[in-house]
Amino acid sequence: MTALLELEEVHARYGPVQALHGVSLAVGEGEIVAVLGANGAGKTTTLRAVSGTVRREGTIRFAGKAIASTPEAVARLGVAHVPEGRGTFAELTVWENLRLGAYTRRGNLKTDFDRVRAYFPWLEDRRSQQAGTLSGGEQQMLALARAFMQRPRLLLLDEPSLGLAPLLVTEVFRIIRELNESEGVTVLVVEQNAHIALQLAQTAFVLEVGRVALAGPSADLQQHESVRKSYLGY
Amino acid sequence: MVELARRLPLPLRRPPFNPVLLLLAAACIFLVVGSLRSTIFAQLTVQGTAIGVVYGSLALALVLIYRATEVINFAQGEMAMAMVYVAYQLTLWGLSYWAAFFLTLAISFVFGVVTHQVFIRPVQERSVIPVVIVTVGLFILIDGLVDWKWSATQRFMQAPFGNKVYDVGSVPIARQQIGTIIIVLVSVVALWAFFRFTKLGLGMRAGALRPAAARLVGVRTNALLAVGWGLAAVLGAVAGLMTEPSQYVLQPTLMQPVLLYAFAAAVLGGLESPSGALVGGIALGIFLNLIGQYVHFVGSVLQLPVAFAALLLVLLVKPTGLFGHRTVRKV
Repeated sequence: MTALLELEEVHARYGPVQALHGVSLAVGEGEIVAVLGANGAGKTTTLRAVSGTVRREGTIRFAGKAIASTPEAVARLGVAHVPEGRGTFAELTVWENLRLGAYTRRGNLKTDFDRVRAYFPWLEDRRSQQAGTLSGGEQQMLALARAFMQRPRLLLLDEPSLGLAPLLVTEVFRIIRELNESEGVTVLVVEQNAHIALQLAQTAFVLEVGRVALAGPSADLQQHESVRKSYLGY
Repeated sequence: MVELARRLPLPLRRPPFNPVLLLLAAACIFLVVGSLRSTIFAQLTVQGTAIGVVYGSLALALVLIYRATEVINFAQGEMAMAMVYVAYQLTLWGLSYWAAFFLTLAISFVFGVVTHQVFIRPVQERSVIPVVIVTVGLFILIDGLVDWKWSATQRFMQAPFGNKVYDVGSVPIARQQIGTIIIVLVSVVALWAFFRFTKLGLGMRAGALRPAAARLVGVRTNALLAVGWGLAAVLGAVAGLMTEPSQYVLQPTLMQPVLLYAFAAAVLGGLESPSGALVGGIALGIFLNLIGQYVHFVGSVLQLPVAFAALLLVLLVKPTGLFGHRTVRKV
């Protein structure tokens, strides 16, 4: 499997506070990769380093080339980043949010919207509703739908389970898997919920204080002593 | 699970009843009834509307900038004034009024973009205060440049709509007032359509609301900010070009009172609300015109204080302005 995304010794900082101390990881084309870790381990920063929303050093390659430096340019390479807080444009309508998802692309959105609707049938009735009035679960679905409208090669997801009821978490992860399997989207997902993340992902990385502490196939990590103790809780 | 996704949406909630709209409707009925009963009242109302749309369009320019850059552009009026001088110069060079008008709008756009790139962009990253100070500096700079190039003496431009007066029923209405109202409304509707229906407009709205999230979906926010400054400058130029005929003379102080009224209109409308700015401007224009006629001690001298007293009253009752609202946000 060739790597779609490669990070080599990536450092990042917020002002004087260093958040990443040399993270190296690789995401294969078509794979789902999970990044686990405690609060402040650098999970979110890792995604932000890829999309260029934090100042970073080191090498990040996307599809074999050095990745662009600004978020808008990274988006144009085919990277969709659903950030912390889901990046919903709360003041705009659901339909405008979807149009923004497809902002980097030209042409008719009809076919894309039809495909999105297959995953989220309720979107149709909510097209002209203000996105901020959706429930948390609906907003998470909208964020996925918006990212999907971009037709990304790589999807970066920051804690898609955050604030959702358990049933909805299962639903969101089912859709992520479906996007990956039927649309061939590569997914890099950051999660607190290690249990569900390890079920979804083929490969996982565990971050500790800004470094990769553990890496390997999800099945192996599930059995791993310290992962079980620290993140799975048994 | 698919069933769950289908059942997700809760029933749509209706927005609560809006007292501001009721108030505006009452004001409109008052104006219509008054106009039907008195010729002078009708004339003052139309005149006030013509003045008010000009306040409204400059207020709209302020709101555009405020939403994108979160500052009040104190130089907005002077930028507009400079553009009127550009139009004046073009007519001196032999262009017809309307050729000069449209060419000036194009020049204004470029002027706004360049202003943003050269003066605003270098300081906008830091905080709001430096940007405000730069706009004050721009005010003085533009004023000085216009004085230097054209001197402060009064100039005269051709009247764009002529001096014809129509009789509607028994009410005499100047063609110039009708023309002003139409020109401003057409430019506002064009702007609205641009923001509402085009991809670029959507990107600009997204960039103003959530810059970080907008960049993540690929919106080039910095370039679009410059476009926003360009559009605001165009709108300002429209206001300036429509102010000039009502003043009959062109001088460097042309837009200074208008800018103050535009501030009042923008704040009245809620500062974040484009439609509020326009409605605020029109309301202010009509209100002041009627007050000046019917409340004798106000006359034309006390109009500005009265405008701000009215503004203060509105803000006491509704601190977010007439059309300002807190957006619903769920986490």
